[in-house]
Amino acid sequence: MPADLFAQALNGLAYGVLLFLLSVGLTLIFGMLDVVNLAHGSFYMLGAYAGLSLIAGTGNFWLALVLAPLAVGLIGALVEVSCLRPLYRRPPLDQVLLTFGFIYLFEDLVKWIWGGRIRSIPPPDLFSGSVSVWGAVIPSYRLFVIVFGLAMAVLLWLLIERTRLGAVIRAGVFDAEMTGGLGINIRRVFTAVFAFGAALGGLSGVIAGPIQSAYPSMGVAILIPALIVVVVGGLGSLKGSLVGSLIIGQAETFGKAWLPDAAMLIIYVVMATVMLLRPQGLFGRPLK
Amino acid sequence: MDKVTRRKFLGTASLAAAGTAMGPWVLRARAQSGPIKIGVVLPYTGVYAVLGESITQAMELVFARENWTVAGRKIEMIKEDDEMKPPVGVRKTEKLIDSDKVDILTGPVHSGILMGMRDKVHNSKTILIVSNAGADAISRDRCSRWIFRTSFSNWQPCQPMGGWVAKNVSKDVFLTAPNYQAGKDMMNAFKETFVPAGGKVVAEDYPKLGETDYAPYLTKIRQSGAKAVFAFFSGSDAVNFVKQYAQYGLKDTIKLTGAGFLTEPDVLPAQGAAALGVLTGHFYTPLLDNATNHRFVKEFREKYFGKMPDGFACQGHDTAEVIVRALKAVNGNTQDKDKLVDAIAKVEFDSPRGRFKFDPKTHNVIQPFIYVREVREVYGGLNNVVIDRVANVADPGTGCTLPA
Repeated sequence: MPADLFAQALNGLAYGVLLFLLSVGLTLIFGMLDVVNLAHGSFYMLGAYAGLSLIAGTGNFWLALVLAPLAVGLIGALVEVSCLRPLYRRPPLDQVLLTFGFIYLFEDLVKWIWGGRIRSIPPPDLFSGSVSVWGAVIPSYRLFVIVFGLAMAVLLWLLIERTRLGAVIRAGVFDAEMTGGLGINIRRVFTAVFAFGAALGGLSGVIAGPIQSAYPSMGVAILIPALIVVVVGGLGSLKGSLVGSLIIGQAETFGKAWLPDAAMLIIYVVMATVMLLRPQGLFGRPLK
Repeated sequence: MDKVTRRKFLGTASLAAAGTAMGPWVLRARAQSGPIKIGVVLPYTGVYAVLGESITQAMELVFARENWTVAGRKIEMIKEDDEMKPPVGVRKTEKLIDSDKVDILTGPVHSGILMGMRDKVHNSKTILIVSNAGADAISRDRCSRWIFRTSFSNWQPCQPMGGWVAKNVSKDVFLTAPNYQAGKDMMNAFKETFVPAGGKVVAEDYPKLGETDYAPYLTKIRQSGAKAVFAFFSGSDAVNFVKQYAQYGLKDTIKLTGAGFLTEPDVLPAQGAAALGVLTGHFYTPLLDNATNHRFVKEFREKYFGKMPDGFACQGHDTAEVIVRALKAVNGNTQDKDKLVDAIAKVEFDSPRGRFKFDPKTHNVIQPFIYVREVREVYGGLNNVVIDRVANVADPGTGCTLPA
């Protein structure tokens, strides 16, 4: 039985880390721009498809892992500059509707370029098998995802807590107007953060590709879990995104293993409990 | 004298009858010369868009062979996207019946939509030819004189597999399918022959429809002690399940078997090597060796850029073929619906899957064969190769009584 528990905990960890990579971009964008970017799932999807083409073209997964997020980041920057920027002064609902519209736009774009069929993304050769860790069998690619995701968490933490750029972002999250008043070009920072968040979404798409394949509705499918993570962890918090992801990853995995009929219910129960006890999320700023 | 009188009488009577019928006749003649409207309710967006596409492409192929004309009347397809959502599907059905006044309705893919549109179709006496949705109930207690099915009942591809798996693969089997009606229907059908053959269901799991991460279930399968798995998944579910099954290293130790949808040509390319060796039961594979199928595969691939027809395409082909043949039999008269229903019920022809005919008891297709197929690398790609077959698989039709 302990072997069972450990195996499922590893599954949950891999899934949680994937959720982290996905939700961290969403939470960053919200924290900085105060925009709930519903099109974040689309960046995830675009990342997967860009990765698909890059892997097909170059045969190199690692190259795709670097280039696909850059491409998605660029698309994110374009979206921010051309469409989102004029809407900052409008009510939040307008921004939500805009990003909602982009979901359909990107889905049709993907169908137009890549077709509606489900496409598979091969894992890198290095991680194509499965390994046994203390009696628990897990695909080696998922072990890689765990290590990669946790490393990304550390890198992001360093970036935000230990660099000047990070300081600007933190200041912007806290009070964008004031930060602008300090002589920082806040518009440019907004664009950079949006592009960076989109790139993280794209990165998670490439990482998820070998596990979940690529298909046009994948972005919508993943949006709900990502939003739940952000609500549980606290909007705008990096730490919250990590802890929320790991909690939801474990809750969903053990839910599926033990109570398959109620697996989805369980993550909603977790979310509802957190919202009742701490409406701002585990690590969110207190609500005003 | 006697004879002449009778003839005279008949002559007069028929003249009189013709006279009375004159008014409606004029109107009818107009309707009869207009196009025959075929309503199509299928998903063209969403996860199962690919299925709707295959069915539609094959229907269009068959109608194009007839130059879109039957018995001197044009054929017109009116396509509606049901988005795989029952409320949308029902609304589109009502639109096709009430405002477009279609002569024949076809579709849908989703069993829930079929169940939702059933009463509307039945009460309005609209002829529906089901081109995919397998809900068993439509061949059982919810059957209707007005509803035919060219595809399958969920029971059909799975029931023969139970005994076959118990005999040829293993008696310790783990069952898994998406958590909705079709999933439960199929697993129950499997058990019908599996358990009497000495099989033991080690455990069952029903992940949600549209699951992306099967890891927790795969870990349970490994630890269950099962020697084989019988699974039903379709679309992106089928890709992710089969791929993750292989990634978890289960492929070589626990034999994967299932309903044919698990490894249809719409998902095989994405599954790749992970699908090699998977055993499934289905009524069709593009490799079937018969003249109708050779022609169908050749024309389909020529018309649709090398795309391999799948079971869904075969269903579309047969739906259109049934329509064409029945309309020819009634000489394009779509007004006499009773006659048209009788003509449809009598249609029999060589389909790509074998000799096609409806079960008079249920209006559901009698599968000429359920083929046991193994995924192998042949003819330059992954294909479902027939290794065994069970003949004449008709749904039991429990609880269905059609008016004679």
